[in-house]
Amino acid sequence: MSVSADSIPAAPSSRWSLSRLAHDHNVLGVLFLLPAAAFLLVFLTYPLGLGVWLGFTDTRIGRSGIFVGLENYQLLWEDHIFWLSVFNTILYTTVASVLKFGLGLWLALLLNERLPFKAFFRAIVLLPWVVPTVLSAIAFWWIYDAQFSIISWALIKIGLIDSNINFLGDATNARASVIAANVWRGIPFVAISLLAGLQTIPPSLHEAATLDGATSWQRFRHITLPMLTPIIAVVMTFSVLFTFTDFQLIYVLTRGGPLNATHLMATLSFQRAIPGGQLGEGAAIAVAMIPFLLAAILFSYFGLQRRRWQQGGAD
Amino acid sequence: MASVEIRDVRKAFGATQVIHGVSIDIVDGEFVILVGPSGCGKSTLLRMVAGLENVTGGEIRIGERVVNDVPPKERDIAMVFQNYALYPHMTVADNMAFSLKLRNAPKSEIEARVKKAADILGLGHLLDRYPRQLSGGQRQRVAMGRAIVRDPQVFLFDEPLSNLDAKLRVQMRTEIKELHQRLKTTTVYVTHDQIEAMTMADKIVVMHDGIVEQMGAPLELYDRPANMFVAGFIGSPAMNFIKGSITANGKAVFRTEGGLELPLATAPAGADGRPAVYGIRPEHFVIDEANGIPAEVVVVEPTGSETQVFAKLGGQDIVGVFRERVTVGPGDTIPLTPNPALVHLFDAQTGQRL
Repeated sequence: MSVSADSIPAAPSSRWSLSRLAHDHNVLGVLFLLPAAAFLLVFLTYPLGLGVWLGFTDTRIGRSGIFVGLENYQLLWEDHIFWLSVFNTILYTTVASVLKFGLGLWLALLLNERLPFKAFFRAIVLLPWVVPTVLSAIAFWWIYDAQFSIISWALIKIGLIDSNINFLGDATNARASVIAANVWRGIPFVAISLLAGLQTIPPSLHEAATLDGATSWQRFRHITLPMLTPIIAVVMTFSVLFTFTDFQLIYVLTRGGPLNATHLMATLSFQRAIPGGQLGEGAAIAVAMIPFLLAAILFSYFGLQRRRWQQGGAD
Repeated sequence: MASVEIRDVRKAFGATQVIHGVSIDIVDGEFVILVGPSGCGKSTLLRMVAGLENVTGGEIRIGERVVNDVPPKERDIAMVFQNYALYPHMTVADNMAFSLKLRNAPKSEIEARVKKAADILGLGHLLDRYPRQLSGGQRQRVAMGRAIVRDPQVFLFDEPLSNLDAKLRVQMRTEIKELHQRLKTTTVYVTHDQIEAMTMADKIVVMHDGIVEQMGAPLELYDRPANMFVAGFIGSPAMNFIKGSITANGKAVFRTEGGLELPLATAPAGADGRPAVYGIRPEHFVIDEANGIPAEVVVVEPTGSETQVFAKLGGQDIVGVFRERVTVGPGDTIPLTPNPALVHLFDAQTGQRL
């Protein structure tokens, strides 16, 4: 007769002992979860919750406020500067994301070819992403300087224009300029991620398509692009989220000017909350960004769902 | 359908030459298998025929046309890849129809051709599936379907069965051979598996280090290997090679390095005392209680249909294969006689057949 481990009666005193707890999967699970949960609670949930709460109060810097319901949002609803910032943010995000996607994909395709010094070029491409935003923003500030802009100087020397371009002083120019700077900074992320995606496409697929009679454009259209869609969805979701919440670049280059033409929701929120002291109103602007961000995430959630061809048995 | 002519073809990657002048004639409708160990250049040669690699030197003709500089899509060939290279985002039907769609073939024709190919391969019920939802053998069949739909001049197969399990491989082997008998399309097939080569080919081309060692019908290669490489490569288990020298005074015999005398039917002229290698296939040993040479058994491997006996004969390792049941164990001695009519003699230096 064999005696299984279960049938040995446990000593009553050891029933709730530490060693017994340490072997309970549920207890262990909770224990292992705690650090992560605490981290999320302290650094994500609490600030977010605080932000949402502040949005319902009239808190100012140095004076705790009282609950005012939707008053902040009612004010914002009638505030044309807020609506301008919403428009700016959407314009900025849309144009910059489209450009980043187009140029990034192009760059990725180029880097995926057999090039001399390939590793060198791949490293160089990452530079704009590696440099701290504030640093590159200051560099752009110089490039866009009304008097000393190198672009104006070069164009004048070539003879294309007669006087300096007012990059950051004119509403349209300023918008284009900040978008250009953002695109420059965001391309590496898109390019390198898509390059990684390109490299997961087996070369034999391209060979098979070549033998099937596909031109290089047809190979791109029928093989590369469809196989890249899952990674495009991820990359562009992140790119849109980063761009929508951009702050540093604008704050260094224009501080939202001229005439609020480049004020994004993030910069306006900061402007009202910290220099303006209206913490409640600033928080309300920040909270107003949430629906847009949620929409972007939902869009990518549905876009990211595994397509039918990705399902089924393993290889 | 067309013939394929490979004339003194060379290939170099940078400074490294990998194919050193290969010439092969493939007749219209023939099933030719390029076989050889990894790195012998067989896949590279196939890819040159396909147009996926440039030809460094020499000439490749498909039909009457020199195709060295013809882009792959104009060569009218279809290729089956080792990993099948099915388009994962397309259904089976779309995979097969892809080349026709690119050619802007009429929809009715595409449907008819896909259906016909699917019927040939028994894929009818899988047309709406995606490659991921198929088993290895089914994917293999879709890859062949994609080739059949094109109705090309030449089929190229690049180790198409390597990714399948052993049982399926045997089954697909038969299917491919049957398909070829039915379609009679010129086929060039690359494999490293000599059994595949032996069972399927009309003509085998044995390659090694970028040259052709021998080419011919399967049994020709088995019966009269041109050199020790082919002798050792074709046949499983591999041929036994026993070093020694030929004695032709009076009765021709082969004297091994250990001093044993092995029978020879005839000795090549003027070969007396010549150092040589005695090649005897494992299946050409006979158990001969009366006159056999005693060999010490090391390992016995019964497979059911036959028994493989690994033994030491005059100090050299040999293997014998016997259809009859052999009841010996390690350490026993077994009296073996090589069938003198089926012995192969090779030059000790060059490895060429004597």
